[in-house]
Amino acid sequence: MDTIKFQRSLTNMHNKTVSELKKYIKEKEISSLELTKHFIDRVKNIDTQLNSFVSITEEYAITQAKKIDLEISKGEVRPLAGIPLAQKDIFCTKDLKTTCGSRMLENFISPYDATVVEKLNHAGMVIIGKTNMDEFAMGSSNETSYFGEVKNPWNTEYVPGGSSGGSAASVAARLVPCSTGTDTGGSIRQPASLTGVCGIKPTYGRVSRYGMIAFASSLDQAGVFTRTAEDCAILLTHISGYDPKDSTSSRKEVPDYEKECKKKFTNMVIGIPTEFLDGLDDEVKEVFEENVKVLEKNGCTFKNISLQSSKLGVSAYQVVAPAECSSNLSRFDGVRFGHRADSVKNIDDLYKKSRSEGFGQEVKRRILIGTYALSAGYYDAYYLKAQKIRKVISNEFEQAFKEVDLILGPTAPDCAFKLGEKTNDPIAMYLSDVFTVSTNLAGLPAMSLPMGFKNNLPLGLQIIGNHFDESKILSLAHHYQQITDWHLKKPEISGD
Amino acid sequence: MNKETIIKISDLAKIDIKDDQIDDILTSLEKILNLVDEMNSVDTDNVTPMSHPLNLKQELRKDEIKVFNERELFQKNNEHTDNGYYKVPKIID
Repeated sequence: MDTIKFQRSLTNMHNKTVSELKKYIKEKEISSLELTKHFIDRVKNIDTQLNSFVSITEEYAITQAKKIDLEISKGEVRPLAGIPLAQKDIFCTKDLKTTCGSRMLENFISPYDATVVEKLNHAGMVIIGKTNMDEFAMGSSNETSYFGEVKNPWNTEYVPGGSSGGSAASVAARLVPCSTGTDTGGSIRQPASLTGVCGIKPTYGRVSRYGMIAFASSLDQAGVFTRTAEDCAILLTHISGYDPKDSTSSRKEVPDYEKECKKKFTNMVIGIPTEFLDGLDDEVKEVFEENVKVLEKNGCTFKNISLQSSKLGVSAYQVVAPAECSSNLSRFDGVRFGHRADSVKNIDDLYKKSRSEGFGQEVKRRILIGTYALSAGYYDAYYLKAQKIRKVISNEFEQAFKEVDLILGPTAPDCAFKLGEKTNDPIAMYLSDVFTVSTNLAGLPAMSLPMGFKNNLPLGLQIIGNHFDESKILSLAHHYQQITDWHLKKPEISGD
Repeated sequence: MNKETIIKISDLAKIDIKDDQIDDILTSLEKILNLVDEMNSVDTDNVTPMSHPLNLKQELRKDEIKVFNERELFQKNNEHTDNGYYKVPKIID
């Protein structure tokens, strides 16, 4: 790579955004190889305290980075050439292990790439590792992972949220400039909130689910973690779009979200659901209301709205998600791939032993609840009722969006909680997603971005938009980050 | 829900549960069902259940023949294969 002369020191590169790194690489101020090595070194040095990575894909990353540098030296620059990223370990990656945080897939090597992986690889990004997560994305604290809990970079005695806890923590600690995640009931937004980064869950169907290990197919959606709204916009543009391999992906045209979010901000009418603030923790409420005042002074008009049925979101979710999970996870039978138990007596024994050894406690609990909800005689009382509640919730959002451009609220009811605090109380754990699940049930896009602190732990601001209104969400988020600096705060663990 | 239900659904789900775990599982599932029962506070008699978040119809692909054989690639993940087949315990006596 003789043509690349470094004009920039690498020491501070981990504090740069995707947008900045993109420019440095394009202008040959840094090489992808050096940048990749810099981030891998950081993972090796810092992640021993966080456990945010399940695997570091060093050899693969170095090969990719060298290939990208060679292309650049020939004048071929892909849109996100040479920028390192971490993939949540739920996305299938060809030739690399994909564990989904489970013993079941401890040694699974996918024969193909997920569409999200393929698209980001094609854009020139370099995968430096796979991030830790709650087993099969079932959890809100990243404590259900077979590979150990992830710790919050702001205080390692606290959880980073989940299920995409590793992806969120790694971006917060500046181990990567960005990462991917998935969100079934809040699994991108809640950890983004608890670790002080940006995380976007697009509209259902905006991003292909092909190769993303399924948890609850009617709710699952892929998204990204970054430190700025602008970076979210850049990455979202690249992962969105129709995919013939996912029949639920949308044919709707993909805008250039980066351009859209940077357009001059025009006044927006923003709804605040009164139900989100009733009974909310005083400090969280205070921080949220301060932010409302800031936005009020800067071109936003606020309006109180009611999303009365949103409080039933967790109840409906606890039927729909486990029901779909019990069906999706039936493929893990110990026969074709995944964990297979030894010394079995017959085929039934093979299924039962393989599944019982391969799945952790929370996954088993959800499979059992889902099996119960779908079993003969209970379908109407549970699944059908939940799908009706879903419609009621969806109708309320539809009404609200006739009056407002966007909806604003806190992402989570509180800041991060201590490791172990909620592990024996599944209901308390499920309620961490109380403000996020409704949007999944309605298929809406939403984003979390840092809005302040409580007890030195980050708090997130949630922006919810109408279907395919990601541009509006990102525009408000970008505007907010031009007038505030919460997104620039960093945890001590990340160093200088 | 009772102990027999847990035994029945664990058999349907092909998950082994040890006898000393049944009570704990029963308690946690009952708590979840209590949370779920809150749905009954809303009358949904005249509501059409949601089938797709965007009210879209399932798209069908074109009926085209594609020939592919990736058996070897897919079986790389399994050491219990023989001549292209997956080996399992004897099913028929």
